Amino acid sequence: MLITIKYFGQLTEITHTNEETLDMLEGTLIYELLETLYRKYNTLKTKDFQVAQNQELVDKNTKLTGQEIALLPPFAGG
Amino acid sequence: MTDKKSKSVFMEGAITSEFIGNSIYKHQTKTNIGAHNIFLGQVRADVINDKTVLAITYTAYLDMANQKFHEIRESAFEKFELTCMHIYHSLGTVKAGEICLFVFVSAPRRKVVFEALEYIVEAIKADVPVFGKEIFEDETHQWKVNS
Repeated sequence: MLITIKYFGQLTEITHTNEETLDMLEGTLIYELLETLYRKYNTLKTKDFQVAQNQELVDKNTKLTGQEIALLPPFAGG
Repeated sequence: MTDKKSKSVFMEGAITSEFIGNSIYKHQTKTNIGAHNIFLGQVRADVINDKTVLAITYTAYLDMANQKFHEIRESAFEKFELTCMHIYHSLGTVKAGEICLFVFVSAPRRKVVFEALEYIVEAIKADVPVFGKEIFEDETHQWKVNS
């Protein structure tokens, strides 16, 4: 199952990309996806961020649905 | 008469005083309105570790941000008897002293606009995925976090 992952704000300074696609198994949970990303980007683990799936914030025990995932650092609007 | 259609919130660069003045002017034809309230967010020249913020560069998760602005609009119209409501937020670079957020609410009477404006501004700060990179005078930067 191909998952598009988007990175924003300071997280892009770690990933050096705004977006990538990873092939994950059906039934994978968000935190398992994050473990994969932490192996790829060591310092990501030290950063504060929330995860959105299909543009809604989700818990780390949520299953991947195949829709877009976004890693969102603290908001700074206004 | 209510004005509930969804419009584009984001604009490139600072929100000018001409744009804000023109928005006020456009409401002169809506004569059922008796009270407007306006919030203007301005970029502050914070001094952090002896370095002064010159500007903030804003980026956003646009699809989600537009969806959140839509939800905030819907919920504000549900909670408050508003005649109309406008939200504009900058993207890109906004210098210290310039305006990056313009929220404009109107209603027949005053009490509702005070409550509605606070509700909307707090919801924007908490729920909309906008990110701000504070640029210092020596070209270094740090990432802003809403408090």
